Amino acid sequence: MKRKIAIAAFGAALAVFAGLSFYRSRHLREPVVPGPGVSRVAHLGDYFGPVKGTVNDVNIYVLEGKEPGGTVLLLGGTHPEEPAGRLAAWIFAENAEVARGRIFVILTANRSASTVTRLGGAYPPDYTIPTAWGGQKFRMGDRWSNPLDQWPDPEVYLHYPTRQELAYVDIRNLNRDFPGRPNGTLTEKTCYAITELIRREKVDIAIDFHEAELQYPVISTIVAHQKGADLAAAASMFISSVEGFAIGVENSPKALRGLSHREIGDATDAISLLLEAPEPFLDATRGRTNRELLLTGKDEFVVRAGKRGLLFEKIDEKGWPIDIRVGRHASTVLQILEIWSGDNPAKAVVLSGVPRYTDVVRDGVGAYLKDPKTVNPAKLVFE
Amino acid sequence: MNTIVTVLYYLLTAYVAVLLVANFLKNKKWQEEILTIIVLIPFVLRLLRLK
Repeated sequence: MKRKIAIAAFGAALAVFAGLSFYRSRHLREPVVPGPGVSRVAHLGDYFGPVKGTVNDVNIYVLEGKEPGGTVLLLGGTHPEEPAGRLAAWIFAENAEVARGRIFVILTANRSASTVTRLGGAYPPDYTIPTAWGGQKFRMGDRWSNPLDQWPDPEVYLHYPTRQELAYVDIRNLNRDFPGRPNGTLTEKTCYAITELIRREKVDIAIDFHEAELQYPVISTIVAHQKGADLAAAASMFISSVEGFAIGVENSPKALRGLSHREIGDATDAISLLLEAPEPFLDATRGRTNRELLLTGKDEFVVRAGKRGLLFEKIDEKGWPIDIRVGRHASTVLQILEIWSGDNPAKAVVLSGVPRYTDVVRDGVGAYLKDPKTVNPAKLVFE
Repeated sequence: MNTIVTVLYYLLTAYVAVLLVANFLKNKKWQEEILTIIVLIPFVLRLLRLK
């Protein structure tokens, strides 16, 4: 009997250890210091009631210029396991000042997906961006909504409203559920709420931040709805000539449904663009799936795959550090807005305070994250 | 419908957890007891909605 008690206690200790890790990961609070340009923080539930109070009733940082102009939506965290997307949005929310027009920034579009990691994937539960004040910890997240929030998955996922058959698990993928369904699952409702936001706020450009594995052909590119093809092409040319890195342009396929670059453009008046940066952490041939790989993008096995011609983006021993990936997103948005504002003076969006690619690469992402300890706690917002 | 399936799922999980506990109590070998306890952990965590 004593042996059974001892073994049961051992099991209970293991369960508590694992349970605490999962609980802390799911409930990690990420402080945001709203920048000088943030005039208010709205919530997704403000645009679609059924999302209110759910895990995906996410914060929307609204930056309004003194002069009227166009309206832009920046979506970070559609796939939280692609951290450069969230961090790029973070930099805008904490640093941007808008002189003309409005910018709506969502840092964690699918908050549910940010509270879980890839089942069986041995992902780290979190990662820390080093800063001069010590570092800021972020939830690692996954590509799909947390099964604790949306379950079970159907045998077959039929996209709404096109009824195109997609992978069953993608009913929890925010970037396969657009334009959303008002009486659907949590993820479909979240997409519907974002689409409602775009309609009601008359958003001119919606930009969705992503990262991709190097074995995926859509990488280091702007995926553009046909309404934004010229804008994306011009941005690509300017970026490649003046920003210090190259980025391509892909047309949003009309036959592949549910993606933001396709559905937002079709369902609303907005131009929809999706940005992809390289993230070796996501490659199937990667080695250890740890924080170092996530932040440095260095992996000898992915490099080896590149030498065998299996990749769609180059990689060497320097990897793809997070600073480069975030910097690419920041500069791409700035170039898009500069070109848009030049072509559409009445709907210009003019801003300052956001670092460009060279700044982020030189200073590191952490240099543009604000220390939550230096501000009045009442002004902090938590993701 | 999803709610019904979810409730059934948790009932099933609880049932298997109870079977594992009963098995643990019946086991005579310490190796089997450890194995049963380790198998039980994910069921307990699932019932507590931690994973």
